[in-house]
Amino acid sequence: MMATQTEVRTTAKPPAGAVVARLAKVTKNYGPVTALREVDFAVHAGEVVALLGPNGAGKTTVVRSLLGLCRPASGNISVFGGDPNQAAIRMRIGAMLQVARVPETLKVWEHIDLFSSYYLHPLPLAETLAAAGLTALKNRKFGDLSGGQKQRVLFALAICGNPDLLFLDEPTAGLDVEARRSVWSEIRKLVQQGKTILLTTHYLEEADALADRIVVINRGSVIAEGTSAEIKARTSGKRIRCVSRLTAEQVLALPGVTSAKQDREALDVHTLRPEAVIRELLARDLQLSGLEVTSAGLEDAFLALTREDNAQKSTSEVIR
Amino acid sequence: MTNTLAPMPALSRDRSLRQTVNVYGKEAKYEFLKLLRFPMYSVSTILFPLMFYVLFGLVFGRQQIGGMSQSTYLIASYGTFGVMGASLFGTAAGLAAERGLGWMQVKRASPMPPFAYFAAKFAISMAFSAIVVLLLMLLAVSFGGVTFSVLEAAKLLATLIAGSIPFCALGLVIGYFAGPNSAPATINLIYLPMSFLSGLWIPYMFLPKLMQKFALVLPPYHLSQLALSVVGAGRHEANWGHWQVLIAFTLICLGFAYWGFLRDEGKIYG
Repeated sequence: MMATQTEVRTTAKPPAGAVVARLAKVTKNYGPVTALREVDFAVHAGEVVALLGPNGAGKTTVVRSLLGLCRPASGNISVFGGDPNQAAIRMRIGAMLQVARVPETLKVWEHIDLFSSYYLHPLPLAETLAAAGLTALKNRKFGDLSGGQKQRVLFALAICGNPDLLFLDEPTAGLDVEARRSVWSEIRKLVQQGKTILLTTHYLEEADALADRIVVINRGSVIAEGTSAEIKARTSGKRIRCVSRLTAEQVLALPGVTSAKQDREALDVHTLRPEAVIRELLARDLQLSGLEVTSAGLEDAFLALTREDNAQKSTSEVIR
Repeated sequence: MTNTLAPMPALSRDRSLRQTVNVYGKEAKYEFLKLLRFPMYSVSTILFPLMFYVLFGLVFGRQQIGGMSQSTYLIASYGTFGVMGASLFGTAAGLAAERGLGWMQVKRASPMPPFAYFAAKFAISMAFSAIVVLLLMLLAVSFGGVTFSVLEAAKLLATLIAGSIPFCALGLVIGYFAGPNSAPATINLIYLPMSFLSGLWIPYMFLPKLMQKFALVLPPYHLSQLALSVVGAGRHEANWGHWQVLIAFTLICLGFAYWGFLRDEGKIYG
């Protein structure tokens, strides 16, 4: 089974390694829909990059482009300095993609055995099974597995070739908290082995927990990039909760308030200048109670970033 | 940000011949196991032709068709019928589902040689075709009083296995142009009428004149005539003509399948 969670967090290191994968001004359309708009970013050797964004942001299209499974309308893609369609380059890549149906009548070890044969220097079967926590399930047919176990088989197929670079497209989608944590600890082990990883997620805490660097993507554009601390600093605001007679509209009109909404009985306010806003709130509502001030998490930062971006987009009338 | 590229590891990066054979072998082995364990495929493609043969070839086997026992005649036509089913379902159903539901992308993202995927589908369809034909011959010899020389049996088997190729090619076309869920229905819509119109269920000579003319453009007619000629029946036309039709049909289908392949990559690539 998967090892219990090990809280080994590498401190955010600068992207010092060589570039192993790069998208340069990549634009991709699906019919009238622009999936990626001039996307630019690089993945460096030995780092974990999280591509964070809501559903439909273009995360999967980035991964497919880097795997050579989709050809962009314009821009350049290079992986290990070449075209990912070259067999020699594919040998160094492992990918975990979202897939609706996997052949169900093959057993776990058979799936892994087949994919291992595609690579020149695969891991021994027992090692792959152990790394994915599948040793006890190796003789099960794929169709008899639970959702979390199926994800682990896909994870095993990504790592079985002992690749240098891993693309993990929503590796923990649909997993419960425990299963998610065990995938995280497996990802951390890969990092310790010096693998380079690009993962996509819409779980903000996942990006925060795993990645050296976060690239926030929304509506096909990169809207922020940096360590999770840097992303948070970009909107280094505070959340204020309080019970008040004031309406959300009134609070939103106060200077320094970036968002305000009624959440059940309390007001939920986000601001960059908490002291000034609290002073104003207390002055305007003497009965104000239940005051709580917390620092905005990555989730808030992310929401603020995407909201900012969406607001800009809708004013410039960009069609999705 | 540095622009230098990570150095390639000093490991070899080309497959040796042994490794290539290994990839193709495993792809075929697991394709076989995958289908064998899928009763909807394995049971129906093997059982249906056998069932038809038991009914019409053995129960009513003493009747004569064109100077020979029905048991002998029908081994060729149900053999063709069985080969068609094994080949069409063996290629089209799997391909359509794997394309439509994302598994193909997982395979394409790996260093799998794409040709291995298709080669495995052909090889395993031919293997199931061989199983169907061998079981039919076993039934015919054991219960139908049919006698084959070893040479005849080998020729019949070889003809029908080779005859699987055009239907595998047609299967690729269906696999590329049918949806993942509609593929089995599409296959049946082509498979069953084509079998009937080619004289696989009712011998060719009993078909109405108009249908007899139409049969000449259908590949199963030509394969069944080749099989019949091995057992000394059929219309005794030149075999080369039948082979030509089957080869032309295969090439046309492969052309369309290649178009589908490109279109598919274009959908992913375009």
